[in-house]
Amino acid sequence: MSGAEFVPLSLPPLLIGIFAAVACALPGNFLLLRRQALIGDAISHVVLPGIVVAFLVTGVISTWPMMLGAAGAAVLAVVLIEAIRRLGRIEPGAAMGVVFTSMFAAGVLLLEQSDTSSVHLDVEHALYGNLESLIWLDATGWASLWDIEALRYLPPELPRMAATLVVVALFTAFFWRPLKLSTFDEGFARTLGIRTGALGMALVIVAAVAAVAAFDAVGSIIVIAMFICPPAAARLMTNRLERQIGWSVLFAVLAAVLGYVLAGYGPLWLGGRDAVSAAGMIATVSGVILALAALFGPCRTRVGAPGQG
Amino acid sequence: MALELASTKGTTLARPVPAESPLAIRGLTVSYGQKPAVFSVDMTVRAGEMTAIIGPNGAGKSTLLKAALGIVAPLSGQVQVFGRPLAAQRARIAYVPQRASVDWDFPTRVIDVVMMGLYRELGLLGRVRKSHLARAEECLARVGMAEFADRQIGQLSGGQQQRVFLARALAQDADLYLLDEPFAGVDAATEKAIIAVLKSLRAEGRTVVAVHHDLATVTEYFDNVFLINTTKIAEGPVAEAFTAEALQATYGGRLATAQVDQLARALV
Repeated sequence: MSGAEFVPLSLPPLLIGIFAAVACALPGNFLLLRRQALIGDAISHVVLPGIVVAFLVTGVISTWPMMLGAAGAAVLAVVLIEAIRRLGRIEPGAAMGVVFTSMFAAGVLLLEQSDTSSVHLDVEHALYGNLESLIWLDATGWASLWDIEALRYLPPELPRMAATLVVVALFTAFFWRPLKLSTFDEGFARTLGIRTGALGMALVIVAAVAAVAAFDAVGSIIVIAMFICPPAAARLMTNRLERQIGWSVLFAVLAAVLGYVLAGYGPLWLGGRDAVSAAGMIATVSGVILALAALFGPCRTRVGAPGQG
Repeated sequence: MALELASTKGTTLARPVPAESPLAIRGLTVSYGQKPAVFSVDMTVRAGEMTAIIGPNGAGKSTLLKAALGIVAPLSGQVQVFGRPLAAQRARIAYVPQRASVDWDFPTRVIDVVMMGLYRELGLLGRVRKSHLARAEECLARVGMAEFADRQIGQLSGGQQQRVFLARALAQDADLYLLDEPFAGVDAATEKAIIAVLKSLRAEGRTVVAVHHDLATVTEYFDNVFLINTTKIAEGPVAEAFTAEALQATYGGRLATAQVDQLARALV
């Protein structure tokens, strides 16, 4: 494919997919080890009512109100999950299950009852996103990457997703030690003066930011898959957290690139005519990677396997 | 060799016993729900000695330790560490949690766990120097685990895991060591290794407080006992406070009369 075709049509969605995948996979590593991996699932579901409410309030499809609505819903969900967990004295997984299904259902109801048929706001869009439509029409080839005039018309999701990734990466790097310590041994971390409650909340909020930004660009399927699949596959490749992070980033990038290419060309190779959803294919590839790691990864152990403990 | 090193260190580095108690608790009450787990407890730990916290299951032993460390928030009460509030003295405390309290499947190596004991020195972004690694390795050697440095922690036996936790506490280089059931479910060799390390800590003038389960070894291992069953039952040197009556009061019907008689005879 020539640069004249690749740069405007494929490069932006490819980069957005990669940034979104990595931004979700990074916090996913810690959430997985804290047995909170489903929080990505929870967040991506609960943002739906937030987006609908933002639309009903403003009456237009516009990014910032929707992002704010989504963020508001995510924070509300995190608070509700914590409240139900503490007041009800139940497992975090159960609290998440209650909150995200209720809020997602409320979002679907709101969507059905409100007059949104005239605008592009539907459940399908929420699930699959619209990765293929994030194109850069002002680009004419590789040279456009140095053309400030053309760069101004990049799809706004691209710089937004890149900025989100930078925030997530900085958070992970800066708080690496306390994150690792409090994930492994929270009691000990507290005796060192680490504020584990605040740190855990910060991790969930960073995850929520990544989820909302990615949700806006690529839909919730990728968000859910990327919080869990790359970190889970990475855990099976190594017994060191530092390397697990590296593997998870590699798997996230691999899933994004392979998924995007397969979605665009896979059906053609198989004799079909249409491309399939890139978001769906990226999530599928990440699942295949996890399955392969589960079958062949070098560091698999069964919980309760003999010789443990 | 490691033990030799420790004991020579002890004679040369013996610290003056500070005037304040390493750990003084007043009127501590902790509750997880309706019922208090620890009720109105006073405790004064003697400096440079080894104290066992003893009581039946659910008596609040671990909770007392966790409240002293600020891990759980008390309903009321005060904790003073070397005469000052806990928050100002964190660098002087080392903690060995219950082994079962963490997930040993966590992707990390033995040496990484020991390095966690250096967090207060390294801080958020401080560079790990050769001297830090050397110290962590020295602590591992002191518990007889030097050759396991690169192992994944899930591949260790229970006793080995307990020793790794102790090595992490050693890396903290603290004045007060608080241990939650360090001998629970460990093999005889590990128990021996751990008690030798704790005694070497005492020889260096440090203070050791441990939640302890095995009544038979109290006299042999510890200088003082603290008997608790939600409220304090007795506190003091083993010879004075570790009596058949106090044990009966602590354990109630849960300790068979025959056991108490046996212990009473052993104590005479």
